This record gives sequence, C-alpha cells and structure tokens, in this order.
Amino acid sequence: MSELVFDDVTVRYGNARTGHTAVDGVRLVVPDGAVVGLVGESGSGKSTLAKAAVGLAPVTGGAVLLDGVPVPTRPGRRPVQMVFQDPYSSLDPRMTIGDSIAEAVPRGTPRAQRRADVLRLLELVDLDPARARAHPAQLSGGQRQRVAVARALAARPDVVIADEITSALDVSIQGTVLNLVRRLQRELGTSMLFISHNLAVVRYVASTIAVMREGRIVEQGPAEQVLGDPAHEYTRELLAAVPGAVR
Amino acid sequence: MTTMAPGVLVPVADRPAARGRWGSVLRTPVGIGAGVLLAAVLVLAVVAPVVWGAQAEAVDTDAILQGSSAAHLVGTDNLGRDLFARTMVATGLSVRLALTATVLTVVLGMLLGAAPLLLGRRAGRLVTAGIDIAVAFPGLLLALFFAIVFGVGATGAVLAIGVAGAPVFARLTSTLAAGVASRDYVLAARVAGVGRFRVLLRHVFPNIAEPLVVNATIGAGGALLAFAGLSFLGLGVQAPDYDWGRLLQDGLSGIYRHPEAALAPGLAIVVAGLAFNLFGEAVAKGIGLTSAAGVVRGRRAAGADRQPATERGPVAGQPVLDVEDLSVAFPGAGGPVRPVRGVTFSVGRGEAVGVVGESGSGKSLTALAVARLVEAPGEVTAARLDFRGTDLRTGGERAHRRLLGTGFAMVFQDPMTSLNPTRRIGHQLAEGARRHQGLSRAAGLARAVDRLRSVRVPEPERRARQYPHEFSGGMRQRAMIGMGLMGEPALIVADEPTTALDVTVQRSVLDLLAAIRRSDDVALLLISHDVAVVREVCDRVLVMYAGRIVEDLPADRLAAGRHPYTRALVATVPDMAVDLDAPLPVIPGRPVDPSAQPPGCAYAARCPLASDRCRAEDPPLAADASGSRVACWHADEVADGALAAAGAAREEVA
Repeated sequence: MSELVFDDVTVRYGNARTGHTAVDGVRLVVPDGAVVGLVGESGSGKSTLAKAAVGLAPVTGGAVLLDGVPVPTRPGRRPVQMVFQDPYSSLDPRMTIGDSIAEAVPRGTPRAQRRADVLRLLELVDLDPARARAHPAQLSGGQRQRVAVARALAARPDVVIADEITSALDVSIQGTVLNLVRRLQRELGTSMLFISHNLAVVRYVASTIAVMREGRIVEQGPAEQVLGDPAHEYTRELLAAVPGAVR
Repeated sequence: MTTMAPGVLVPVADRPAARGRWGSVLRTPVGIGAGVLLAAVLVLAVVAPVVWGAQAEAVDTDAILQGSSAAHLVGTDNLGRDLFARTMVATGLSVRLALTATVLTVVLGMLLGAAPLLLGRRAGRLVTAGIDIAVAFPGLLLALFFAIVFGVGATGAVLAIGVAGAPVFARLTSTLAAGVASRDYVLAARVAGVGRFRVLLRHVFPNIAEPLVVNATIGAGGALLAFAGLSFLGLGVQAPDYDWGRLLQDGLSGIYRHPEAALAPGLAIVVAGLAFNLFGEAVAKGIGLTSAAGVVRGRRAAGADRQPATERGPVAGQPVLDVEDLSVAFPGAGGPVRPVRGVTFSVGRGEAVGVVGESGSGKSLTALAVARLVEAPGEVTAARLDFRGTDLRTGGERAHRRLLGTGFAMVFQDPMTSLNPTRRIGHQLAEGARRHQGLSRAAGLARAVDRLRSVRVPEPERRARQYPHEFSGGMRQRAMIGMGLMGEPALIVADEPTTALDVTVQRSVLDLLAAIRRSDDVALLLISHDVAVVREVCDRVLVMYAGRIVEDLPADRLAAGRHPYTRALVATVPDMAVDLDAPLPVIPGRPVDPSAQPPGCAYAARCPLASDRCRAEDPPLAADASGSRVACWHADEVADGALAAAGAAREEVA
C-alpha cells in the first residue's frame, strides 16, 4: 500500500521580501494504485510540486508523505520516481541506455540481477532488449521516453510522477507513450501523478483530476465530474479553451 | 553561472556522439600539421637525451663560445659544449616539467571546480568565491609569487606554475560542470538515488571532458612558455640542469657576438608552444563546429519529385502566394538532402491555409523558403514563387526585402527569441516601419502603439515603453503579430504560433488571428503540428509528409481525408471525446529519413494499404472535381472505408 500525500506543501524561492511562492499550501492525495491527473497552465506550480516530491525543490512548508512518513531524498533507494518532460535531455548522451536504466536499479542488487532487470524492463516498455547497448542518439524521441519510463521503474518505485511526458513528443508518438503508461499502470498497479497541460491527455490517463492555478489547487475530484461538471470558474475557462471544444 | 575567464575555450553546443569527431580533427590541414608537430616534439623529448646526451655534456675547452660551424651547428657555450645537442636534449626536461605542471593544474583545477557540486550550497559558494578572487590575479604574477614561496629550483617552479594555472582551470571546470549539473539526466540520476560523487564521475566529468582536454592541451603550451620565462629569470631550473629557458638566458649574454646561441632555444620554445596551442585549437574547432560535407551544385529539379504544375488547388482570382515545385536542398554526406521536395500550392486573398505534419515533414522549412529565410548552405529552387504577383526568385534582394517587409508577416513559435531583449517593444515595432515605409520616429512609434492596441494589448502606450521580458508569453506573441501588422500585410505566415503557449492564451491568440483575417482580409498560412488548432482556424489544410504535400483538402473534411496519413494523423490526436477503454490509435514505424527517401510513396512503410505499386512508384498529387488534391494510389479505397477494415484486421501496436 503506498499513498502519496502532499500535506499543505509550500515551496518558496528566494527570501521573504522578494521571494516567490511557487506552490502555496497544496493538499493532494495520490491514492494507492490510482492515477491522479494534475492540470494547469505554465507557471501554475505543477512542475514545482512534482520536483518537491522527489527532493529537487525545497519544501518550505508542510510535508510530502509516503504512507505517513516523509519521502526520503537522500542517496539510496527512492520510492518516488519521476519521468521528465524532454527525453532528449533526460538521458545522458554518453551512457548506453542499458547503463542509464541500470543506474537506477537499487544499490546492492547483484550484478547479474541488475542486468536481468535491465533486459526485463526494456521488454516491458516494448523495446528490443538487444538495444541495451545503444546510445540515446540512436533512438527516436518516443523510444527515448520509453527508456526514461524504464529507468523510473528500475528503482522499483511505489509512486511515479510523470511531468508533461508527452509534450516534447510528436502527436503521432504521443499515443504510443500514453498507451504504454496506461498499460504499465494497470499491470503494475503503481500509483501515479500525471502532470500535463493537455486536458484531453489527462482525461485519457487519469481517474482523478486536480486543477492547479497560481500555486494552489482550485478544484479536484473524479475525472468525469471535473471535466463534465466543473465547479470552478477557472476549470470551465480551461475546458472552453481546448481547440475543437464546443463553445 | 559564473562568467568565463578570457582565453578559455568552451563548447559552442554540446553534441552527443563524440566518436569520429576527434578523427575528423586530424583530417583538417591545421589539425594534421599541429598533430605531426606535437608528435615530433613529444618523440624528441624522449629520444633526444639518448641520441645527443653524451655530445651535450662533452666539454671541449678548445672550442669555447664559438659561432655556428660545420662541427657545431649553432655554436658552443662557455665550456665548449655543443649548443645544438644541448637544445635538443633540453626538450626532454622542458616538456616534462611543462607537462608535470599542467597535470598539477588540471588535478587542482578539477578538484576545486568540482567542489561546489560535492560540498553543497553554502561551502560551494565559498569555494567559488575563492576561485573568483584567484582568477582576478594575472597568471604570471601568481606564478612569480608562488615561485618565491616554493623556493628557487625546478620543483618550486613546477609547483608555482601548476598552482598558478589552477584557478582558471577551476573556473572552467565549475562553469561547465554547473551547466551539466542542471541537466535533466543529472536530476534524473539524483532522483534515482545516485550519490553526488557518483553523479560527478559518471555524468558530469564525461560530458565536460572534451573542453577540459582541449584547454589542458593549450594550457600545456602556456606552461611551457611560463617555464621558459621562470628559468630565464633564474627562478626555474638551476645549473647543472638546463632547459630551454636556461639555455636562452646563457645565450642572451653573448647575443651580439653569436645570436644563434639564444635563437636556437628561443625557436625551440616557439615551435613546441605552437605545437601544443595549435593542436588544442584545432581540436576545439573540430569539436565545436560541424561543417557539412559536400556542396549542392546548380539548380536541381529531379523529375520524379515534380508535382503536376497545372494543379495548384482551388484558388479564385489572383493568389497572394503562388508556389510551384518548391524544393529545399541541404548538402549532406551522401549528396544533397532534400527535406522539401516539389511542393506546389497557393494561398488566395484572405484565405487561411493550414499546414500539418509530423516534425521533419518539411512544413516549417516550406514557410521559411517562402519567406526567403533559408540560409546557406540550404538552397531553394522553385518553378514559381510569386508573392502578390511579384516573382521572388529574380530581382534584387533589396526589392524583396521591401516587399516582404511590408506585405508579409512572419510569426514564430517562440516570441522571446524573435524579440530583441535589450530594446523597448515600441521601438522594435517601429523599426521596420521606419525603414520600409519611411515613417518618422514619432510616426513610427504612434503606429506601433496603434498596432499594439489592434492586437488587444492593454494599455498600449505604457506597454510600448516596456522591454520584452516584461511581457508574458501570450503578450509577446501578440506583440510579434502586431509587428507583422506594422505594414499592410497581405499574408501572415505563422509557424507554430501557439505551441509554446497555454491553452487559454492559445485560444486568445487564435481568436486574434481570426479577427485580423476577417477585418483586414489578410491571408494566413498557419503551420502547426496540432490538427485541432488547424481544423478550427483554417479554411483549407495541406498535409505534408516527408517533404511533400500528400493531401490538400478543406479543413472541415479533415476527418474524411482520402490519404491514409491524413486519417492516421487526425486519429492519433486525443480529443475530449476519445474512447477511454480503447488504446489510442498510433502510426506505427517512424518518419523517413530525408537523406534516404524510398523510390515509391514515402508513407508506404507505415501504411496499412501499401501495395507493390506504392513501394515502387511515388503517386502524383492529383486534383479531383472539387479541387481537393491527394497523392495516394488508394485514395478512393480510403474514402470507401478500406482503412477501417485494414485497421481492424491489424493487431493494434500499442
């Protein structure tokens, strides 16, 4: 059972006078085995919230809890993993994809087990295990993003945070990654926080949706309720702005 | 990020595959020359003491302080020892000491430079501040200072020069490392629980190794010179040992009687220093720059790619833009690469035409080619390229600039990069109008304010005095559109104008474009990967694949396209009504590489309807009765629903 809870999380940058509050008292629960979609526009703080959960942004107030205890951010096993937006910059160009994935396998895993893990994970994300020795430059954007997903899974996470993982990809590839995410989530039962500015994408993946604006969550609830019968004015505005939406 | 010390080479842009580039360095003339020279110096350093060692030590009191002769090429010193032999033998010590000092510099520099990453924020800042202060002192001054501190002699000089070079190298290391440390792959490694030290060894150092090696090589040349300097001043190597600096000092006392004695070691210093520096520079240049091999010659118009000239889509009256058989070629390793191949279309007055396709389909390049913005070595050819009836292929550059400057507006994806961050918005808008329309400064500004108002920028008078960074993304894009409207444009070319914007901002920018089009009868060429956006804004859509137009159809008929690619492209975009229980449709395979176009239809490899004919013969872009155009041998079958049958038969590739 792993439940990720953002308990009144605040992230402030800079000092008290000139500082900037990126995340302002966010309460959000990612229940065990569920996919929570987080939507909002750029600057709304959704990426900062994701970074706070994995220790890449300073939590200045509140806490990020995994099953009631603060998420560990020291070197060692990290139960919360993240897939980054741009697969062109999130893989080390000097490392083979196999090494990149192996790096995330928890320390202390025997060498043979580590290698077996890498092959299994590549297979899991529909990549030929024989390509473990390929460098990222030899892969397409969609393939790279699948490697990034495999790397996140290599750490045997309880929760995966996907931060705009399809927005750097071509529309024709976006579908492949989304299908993969849905399939893996169903097979592995991993809890997931799925961040995107694209409402149609979030609708497809998430069962619960939270809407963020200016560092705060303005609305959250079951996907069909938030999208079908939005309670907050801002959610209605977002929905109306979707291209092709009935206006 | 800290600023760079002068004279330090940094990579122009990091590119992943390094292998092969080091090899290509050695294929340039400077690279070969420097490489051979450096190899010679290094070989000499090892071999010379063996070959000339005895001769260099042989004292001959009968031949003291002689000039050059057959027996002694550059004369003898005050003990009658052969100076040529001594200069050669000195190579060993000079190079060895220089290299030792360089190693010391590199090790110290990398330790100091990496310290901020390892120590955490506060201690790291202290180290960085220390480095900054040390860099402020001239290197030679530091070397002299340390030479006194460490004491006279070879060891002292090595320490002095090694330590004196460290701050600059540390600065270089910390700047490069800071750049890499904020990359996503380093963050990903940290999220995966990898410790700081391992991150440094695995991710940071390998990715900054090239510039470090290059700068170390150049640094070795510098160390060689510095050493000669110290020895010359008597602070370096002490008798009976000798290096070039020492020989130079000995020779200089008699420079008026026999200058060879001083010139020989001087020359040696210059040659060895050059060898190190040139080699470093050559490698830096080879790594930093990519130069495409091969040249496009002449105007090519391969017959196979030519699309029928007569069928240009439905346009009533005189089109604003009339393009026929437009191609763009870039030189590539295996002959010219042609990312745009024989594109024919026209845009009517006030018409909105969308261009959709995957990245690499040539849609942006088509727009750039129309706007005459493709730069060398790219080459644009066309059978016709008319803008408002003027042939853009011929005539002077100036005339075109004027025509395009006033009648044509270009809006790019990222408005921040297309606006000058150091100039006020109003002045930037006014600049073009002053140049092309001859407006005065005041009139230009007044028009800028007016145009900002027309693109619905609130408080245009105040906003015109602001800088681009004071504008939000959506406001910047409005300002860019406003800039395009400074003239009386007949055509706005917008290349992914809303891709970098949020949905609500995108909505307002699209509404704005639509309003401008209606009120001023301006034509719009909208390039976007987002089928939904294009469908909403445009009258007609051009679907591009692998550098060709594969279909040209009314926007409201997109879902009923007759090309399998059009159907696939529309289906892959999830909308708010997509079936949540089924996997999303995907296009299997990947787009073709422009340098390896197949002989037949480029889409055949990914197409469920592909037949042998598709693979052998590229279908022409043929117009039907309604004026829509499609390039597919199976267009009629697609219209009849063959695709759905083929899709159902095929197992979905998720």
